[in-house]
Amino acid sequence: MAADSPPRDPAIALRNIVRTFRSPRGVIRALDDVSFDVAPGTITGLIGPDGAGKTTLLRILAGILGSDSGQARILGFDPSTEAPALQRHLGYMPQKFGLYEDLTVAENLDLHADLHGVPEDRREELYAPLLSMTALGPFRARLAGKLSGGMKQKLGVACSLVHAPPLLLLDEPTVGVDPVSRRELWEILTRQVRDKNTTLLVSTAYMDEASRFDRVVILYNGKILGEGRPEDLILEAQGHVFHVVVPAWSPRKLEPFLARVPGILDAVGEEDGVRIVVEETAPPPFPGELAQARTGAVSPRFEDAFMQRLAHGAPGERRKAPSSPENLGWENKRTGLTDGAKEESIVIRDLTRYFGSFCAVNHLTFSVRRGEIFGLLGANGAGKTTTFRMLSGLLLPTSGELRIDGQDVLSSEVARIRGRLGYMSQKFSLYSQLTVRQNLTFFTSAYGMGGRRQRDRIAEIEEFFELTPYRDESAGLLPLGFRQRLALAASVAHEPSILLLDEPTSGVDPVARREFWRTISQLSLWGVSVLVTTHFMTEAEYCDRVAIMAQGRLLTLGSPAEIKGQARTPECPTPTLEDAFIGLLEKVPPAEASA
Amino acid sequence: MTSQPSFMERWVRVRAMIRKESLQILRDPSSLAIAIVLPVLLLLIFGYGVSLDARHVPIAVVQESRTPASEGFVAGLRQSPWFVPRSYPDIHSAVAALRRQDVEGILWLRENFGRSIESFRTHGAHVVVDGVDDNTARLVEGYLTNTWETWIGFRNLRGRALSFQPVNLDVRIWFNPDSRSRDFLVPGLIAVIMTLIGALLTSMIIAREWERGTLESLFSTPVTIGEILIGKFIPYFLLGMAGMGVSVIMGHFLFEVPLRGTLLVLTITSALFLTTALGMGLVISTISKNQFVAGQIAIVFTFLPAFILSGFIFDIHSMPLFIRVITHIIPASYYVTILQSVFLAGDIPGVIIPNAIALFFFSLFLFTLLVRISRKRII
Repeated sequence: MAADSPPRDPAIALRNIVRTFRSPRGVIRALDDVSFDVAPGTITGLIGPDGAGKTTLLRILAGILGSDSGQARILGFDPSTEAPALQRHLGYMPQKFGLYEDLTVAENLDLHADLHGVPEDRREELYAPLLSMTALGPFRARLAGKLSGGMKQKLGVACSLVHAPPLLLLDEPTVGVDPVSRRELWEILTRQVRDKNTTLLVSTAYMDEASRFDRVVILYNGKILGEGRPEDLILEAQGHVFHVVVPAWSPRKLEPFLARVPGILDAVGEEDGVRIVVEETAPPPFPGELAQARTGAVSPRFEDAFMQRLAHGAPGERRKAPSSPENLGWENKRTGLTDGAKEESIVIRDLTRYFGSFCAVNHLTFSVRRGEIFGLLGANGAGKTTTFRMLSGLLLPTSGELRIDGQDVLSSEVARIRGRLGYMSQKFSLYSQLTVRQNLTFFTSAYGMGGRRQRDRIAEIEEFFELTPYRDESAGLLPLGFRQRLALAASVAHEPSILLLDEPTSGVDPVARREFWRTISQLSLWGVSVLVTTHFMTEAEYCDRVAIMAQGRLLTLGSPAEIKGQARTPECPTPTLEDAFIGLLEKVPPAEASA
Repeated sequence: MTSQPSFMERWVRVRAMIRKESLQILRDPSSLAIAIVLPVLLLLIFGYGVSLDARHVPIAVVQESRTPASEGFVAGLRQSPWFVPRSYPDIHSAVAALRRQDVEGILWLRENFGRSIESFRTHGAHVVVDGVDDNTARLVEGYLTNTWETWIGFRNLRGRALSFQPVNLDVRIWFNPDSRSRDFLVPGLIAVIMTLIGALLTSMIIAREWERGTLESLFSTPVTIGEILIGKFIPYFLLGMAGMGVSVIMGHFLFEVPLRGTLLVLTITSALFLTTALGMGLVISTISKNQFVAGQIAIVFTFLPAFILSGFIFDIHSMPLFIRVITHIIPASYYVTILQSVFLAGDIPGVIIPNAIALFFFSLFLFTLLVRISRKRII
């Protein structure tokens, strides 16, 4: 829409912004020569993984952080010298939404209205559309802390819109929020821009949100990797994206193989093959084993363009995927299986858990086969975490049956079962003051490993996860992607046969995410069963089967293709997994929002 | 689009901050607990549980021979409010009782007690005290001496014997005539309680906003850092004054601590001290962005000194010189001096004015520091 309107002064104009931070690892250039403009009345997306500099940039724009050098004009004000004047016209929502959890919805709104000097007599008229848009009207007297994640996010946005600002800055408003809430939020924001001519700058780590923006700015390691209309950026990858199928090779086996081929910039396993982004306009010659490969051009997505830009724009930044042929000792274990084995490693039958009168998990039944990657999807509060806790023996079910490797979790010794489980939580649960090696030593000792066997195992794990060069660094100082790798390493170091992963890839960059999934695929090929929760629907595609939960119940279960098939309608002939997910959740009667 | 905010706008913002902070105090059980429940608890513990004076101390009495003199002295002992004498036939059984902690001390009147009094020799009476509790031991010793002297004086008055004490000691304790430790503990406790509310509670509130990410949201609005600080100062000031009110009412009516000065002086000096304590709390929370660290700093730098070095329990004059110098930089020590004067002696300008001036300079220093170090910036 910006392209057709007459040229106006940009709402945001940035020239050569630099901001550095001192850290124990040296000076970090959080923003390195960043310049771009934002036209008024448009939605601009700031896309990049964690640590790219998105938050730093938004804070500078909001006048709450200074820059080292460069010029910025926001709504005609210089944020470093005219912050007070600027802040009267600015709406800003930080990460975690910045709400007072011990104030009610109405009190939070009133606070922001008072601080922005919104006259009392205009409030009702300003609140009414915000409350109806966010569907928060019935919850005015509810404490913000008692709202669901999606509602908190909407309240945060409503608070930053209470004075009808011409410019709205939102820092990762959709992170950790389920797809339904994400879609609703986007409807609110799009309407705001259209009706009020608000200028919107939103940061996000989700590549698939790019299509929502008029323009995108790709930020990576503090530098701008690309900027423009998303369609134009996607077009750059046109002709470089192919789909590869090799008979008798599962995508999971093929993907790491292709990733090592020179000239291939990116490889992602899909259900029926591997999607590759290549340097030239034709796939490079494949090695002999892949002689039977069939390739076909496919239309590019934003993520393909991102990976292409990353490969070109940041030489040396790319890391090779860890595809070491070492088998980490699983092959000799009972977990090793021959192809086609269908032994069930997790069996859940009629599992129910009440908290008081609230039913968190309601007669859940499913099973996970040996070596399977099983995805558990659902909105916030669907019962995923409760299920995980019961599986790991941290929480007792109210009723139902729970078997791990054929053993009843409820009647056998919890400690023995735990040795078979590896658990990796969203927050990684590492000791940040300990070094990589000390963390691994601690976690293996906790599982009763010692002596020579422990030393060998740690060396092996460090090698496999490519952590050897970092083994003497403090875990807390490692970049996010490395911390994630270490957390995974720590959770598999005791050779578990089942791996529980609770939103393991939140916020990590696409490169690290690919490596992570490659490792998971490898583990599953060795017979480790993986149960994973995620908000990334593209990640759910890596799973063999997924179960979608809502309000503690199972809505559907099947392979990603089956679930997409169920969602096929005349209006939407090729639904994505996200479409299917949202379609299913919309059919569920709305529950009372509560924790 | 005026860039200079009007007074009205500022007032609306300050009012919004005060309202927000007050709602948070009312809804957070832990802050109310620190402000109201903790003072009541501390007062009850110190008022009833901890007593630094000896009353009804059980004491063993061994009379090797019963003479009119020894009987007379034991009768005098029985009349004193401090002792409950228990008779034991010999020293061995008395020592056994001391070991069992049945008694706190032994009064051993030897066989020659009666004669030694008549003949002015002084070896007839022995006192053994249990040194485990040094404080009680000294008190028992002191009170026994006191009782002894009273009794001798009484005898002399009746002219039965010549006084062998050329100087007659007449001990009189001024300002706390009953020697009740409560009377100086309770005023001291008020200083501790106000430090607790002013510094400890306040030190956590800004740190909490850092942790929860709410300060970032506040910073992006037109509110100024001064308005944020005023918005935090006023509710916690009122909370602190309420805590003081509760302490004074409990102290005066429940523990019968006298209030010899005026309420006006008490209120003004308390407000001054509370301002200093709030200043310390706000400075700490501006420096530390983590609630746990802020709380630890507040305890080590404000609460413990107020407890130990303010002269509340331990007399400053009996401290080593080095420690005495340190007490001068502890605001609570000035406030404790004022409080002890207001409660036990009255409004003595010579005590109150210099100490109040010291408190004023403390708060001036702290708030100047606060304005210099707090900026409306992340990091």
